[in-house]
Amino acid sequence: MAVALEKSAPLAGVRKVRRRTVAAAILVAWLLLFVVLRGQQTLTLAAADLTGLHRWFNDVNDSIGADRNSNPLFLYFFNEIRLVIDNLVTFIQHLISQPSAGRPLPQIGWLGVVAVVGYVSWAVGNWRVALLAVAGFTFLGLQGLWQESMDTLSLTLSAVFVALLFAIPLGVWAGLSDRVDRIVTPFLDFMQTMPTFVYLAPLTLFFLIGGASATIATVIYAAPPAIRITAHAIRSVPQATVEAAESLGATRRQALLKVLLPMSKRTVVMGVNQSIMAALAMVTIAALIDAPGLGKTVVQALQSLDVGTAFNAGLAIVVMAIVLDRVTTAASARAETARRSNHRLLGWRRPLLGAGAVVTVVLVYLSHTYLWAAEFPGDGGVGSSVASAADSATGWAQDDLSGLTNAFRDGVTNGLLNPFQSLLTDSPWWLVSVVLIALGAVLGGLRAGVTTAVCLGLLVGTGLWSDAMTTLASTLVATVLVMLLGVVLGVWMGRSPLVDRLLRPTLDAAQVMPPFVYLVPFLALFGATRFTAIVAAIVYAAPVAIKIVADGVRAVPETTVEAATSAGCNTWQIITKVQLPMSRGALTLATNQGLIYVLSMVVVGGLVGAGALGYDVVAGFSQGQLYGKGLAAGLAIVLLGVMFDRITQAAARRASA
Amino acid sequence: MATRVRQRRTGMAGAAVATVIGLTLTACGGAKVGDDSADPGGSGSSGKCGTFNLAVNPWVGYEADAAVVAYVAQHDLGCTVDKKDLKEEIAWQGFGTGEVDAVLENWGHDDLKKKYITQQKTAVAAGSTGNEGIIGWYVPPWLAKAHPDITDWKNLDKYAANFKTSESGGKGQLLDGDPSYVTNDEALVKNLKLDFKVVYAGSETALIQSFRKAEKNKEWVIGYFYEPQWFLSEVPLVKVELPAYMTGCDADAAKIACDYPVYDLDKIVSARFAKSGSPAYDLVKKFHWTNDDQNTVAKYIAVDKLSPDAAAKKWVEANRDKVDAWIK
Repeated sequence: MAVALEKSAPLAGVRKVRRRTVAAAILVAWLLLFVVLRGQQTLTLAAADLTGLHRWFNDVNDSIGADRNSNPLFLYFFNEIRLVIDNLVTFIQHLISQPSAGRPLPQIGWLGVVAVVGYVSWAVGNWRVALLAVAGFTFLGLQGLWQESMDTLSLTLSAVFVALLFAIPLGVWAGLSDRVDRIVTPFLDFMQTMPTFVYLAPLTLFFLIGGASATIATVIYAAPPAIRITAHAIRSVPQATVEAAESLGATRRQALLKVLLPMSKRTVVMGVNQSIMAALAMVTIAALIDAPGLGKTVVQALQSLDVGTAFNAGLAIVVMAIVLDRVTTAASARAETARRSNHRLLGWRRPLLGAGAVVTVVLVYLSHTYLWAAEFPGDGGVGSSVASAADSATGWAQDDLSGLTNAFRDGVTNGLLNPFQSLLTDSPWWLVSVVLIALGAVLGGLRAGVTTAVCLGLLVGTGLWSDAMTTLASTLVATVLVMLLGVVLGVWMGRSPLVDRLLRPTLDAAQVMPPFVYLVPFLALFGATRFTAIVAAIVYAAPVAIKIVADGVRAVPETTVEAATSAGCNTWQIITKVQLPMSRGALTLATNQGLIYVLSMVVVGGLVGAGALGYDVVAGFSQGQLYGKGLAAGLAIVLLGVMFDRITQAAARRASA
Repeated sequence: MATRVRQRRTGMAGAAVATVIGLTLTACGGAKVGDDSADPGGSGSSGKCGTFNLAVNPWVGYEADAAVVAYVAQHDLGCTVDKKDLKEEIAWQGFGTGEVDAVLENWGHDDLKKKYITQQKTAVAAGSTGNEGIIGWYVPPWLAKAHPDITDWKNLDKYAANFKTSESGGKGQLLDGDPSYVTNDEALVKNLKLDFKVVYAGSETALIQSFRKAEKNKEWVIGYFYEPQWFLSEVPLVKVELPAYMTGCDADAAKIACDYPVYDLDKIVSARFAKSGSPAYDLVKKFHWTNDDQNTVAKYIAVDKLSPDAAAKKWVEANRDKVDAWIK
């Protein structure tokens, strides 16, 4: 055994060195050929030009629109779905956000909502998150955004409800059957990477303008995490437990209901949590098709570049996300805490819950009947001070930092982005393809190479090769910067619990704050450039990478670090020789997630001067004759995503093998 | 033991209930929801108009149009106005499904007119708004003052090097904005043989922020812009003269070498709405005002930060005579 180990270790080393040299050789060959072949067969397409495929997409779109009122598929299928979902949304809205049944106010006023939220948080979680929930929701009112927040909450609740209706059964099925899992995965990839802008306009064609379309758009984006996590939860139940149940004579159905589901409940709740977070991320984008709520405030404020107001509404989204996140997290942990807590307290729980329910019902009644409990009192003074503080902060940053930021921007653009981009866009398309396929095969193995080849072939088919390469260049530069931040801050957080505690809320906020909010200050700092888009992508993608790296570093066994310390290693050596090499798996995972998150910001980048695929998608959403091109650009983004996901995942498997 | 505990528990729950009931009784002093809902002139007092679905496209000038029309429809005609925030393309889509009754500020969009008015017949034109849409290339005021000859396109190449940025690949940068804008700029640059490259900022926000910053820090920026626009009241951009527009000079999109025409901004309504006999339709048809009027209301909203409704109220009260002509 020991001999075998000794033998395989140097062998693996040799293979790794060879893999690295081969990759380097490919890059050198590419550079040489680039010098010779520069500017030939680059497949460029001007902003207003279309290909046959784009026109065909346009025609399909037009013909759907033209026979909308006569097609039975619409009359009996889409219209019915729309009706059901619309009723669901309107029902919740009438309950908590919109005037209903001849009343000037919703059925349940602010006091009732706060009471219900507090009570539910307490019942499913603990009193600490209940306190947080009550404080958070009261803060929304103090911001002067009560109704907007409740509209957003209604939309989020209905979307998550509908998403779970499909996601949990589908997730369970995918968890039980490998074949279903294999069929479902590409669809989930597609749903998560396809830019929302692409299907927003067609959705209004199918489901009309308003709540139903907004909800369905949100469902499409929010369901995949729940499906994946549910499947993962079912798979993680130890095989032995299931076998034990079966040997005791349980049927498949019994095994599922009595063993698998209860044992995976905790993880499934985490899936619900991720679903909620994804739904909240859609709030601002759904506002573009008239979804009510906080997103509308953000989008409208942006039209007059009112950063303060946009920030105030963005902060409300963050507060709501944090409350919902903490409550669901507490709910997933509750089962265990309850088991461990002592029985005397447990005995008290039931009557206390009963009393709480009565109090809640009374508060709901009050908020239904009396004005002071229905309409949030005050004039939202906190909101206006938040807005003016945000205004002066951005004003200060714009005035005092722009010299510094311009130098930084030009450095990165000229030193890194431009050479890289010209290498990708000015090389002949077949050369780039050969290089990428070869790199995919060397880093990820034969299968990754084949996937890369298929993706690149389809990419050429979209007619947007050149734009895709421009986007690819920015995406890779952004990912490099994300990983730089990820490693520096991740290691720091992984080594110090204090830093972790201080940084984590900021990271959470950066992930949930709608990008539309920080576009204006970034534009002031960096101008309408590709670099602004890169910075926006970093803000969104770095938190994920940082968190994954921090987890990886923390997972390195304490004893190993202690052994290294006693062997005389200093801190730098421990980080570079022990902690980073041992968390290699986490590093590749962080790269994978960082890249996917950066890609999901490509469209936002298109709004601030990044051009390329992002601009094509936005243009397709805005102009009828560019619709097909926008759709093709969306497909190109999906293809880039799938290609890199497969390569990095295969590379990660090899690294940890 | 068990029974005693249970008794204590119910006792506690009972106490809580009693406290809450007490609380309810003492709190009865407040005003009840719906007490004052019978105010005269509010919605529903005039059943003739019903609901008026008004699309609001995403720029402040349009928001000003919509605010004033909605205000008048609501307060003078007793309509229930349902404003819907939508991009142009989607707003036009809504004509067919009955979800949008009117679009108030249409910029050309011959493709949409062809699709929805001529082919699908779901929309009809409802006349001019009185606003003149001017599109062109603009520079910040400091630049026009420092180099007065820059406002003639023939001199642009002389300054091309000053407009270079990290995005323009060694040429001068011509900044374009939102993809929904009507633009011929790539063809113009090519056909006028200018040493410039069109760079797409991607949104109106990015465009305005670039001009704002350029004026403040005396930076070199030239870009696409349009009137009427609230931002011009903050930074009065100066238009660059392109070769004069003549009818038909923009017939072939690839060969355009002349300035943009002056657009007569018009209103589009759904065919159903036009036949409905709603007083809101007559209002939309008669609605007519000037660029200055629109800029005033847009400034109230964007610069003075009034709500659209408050901005509309302010303008309507100061211009009663104009409004009366719309609702006669």
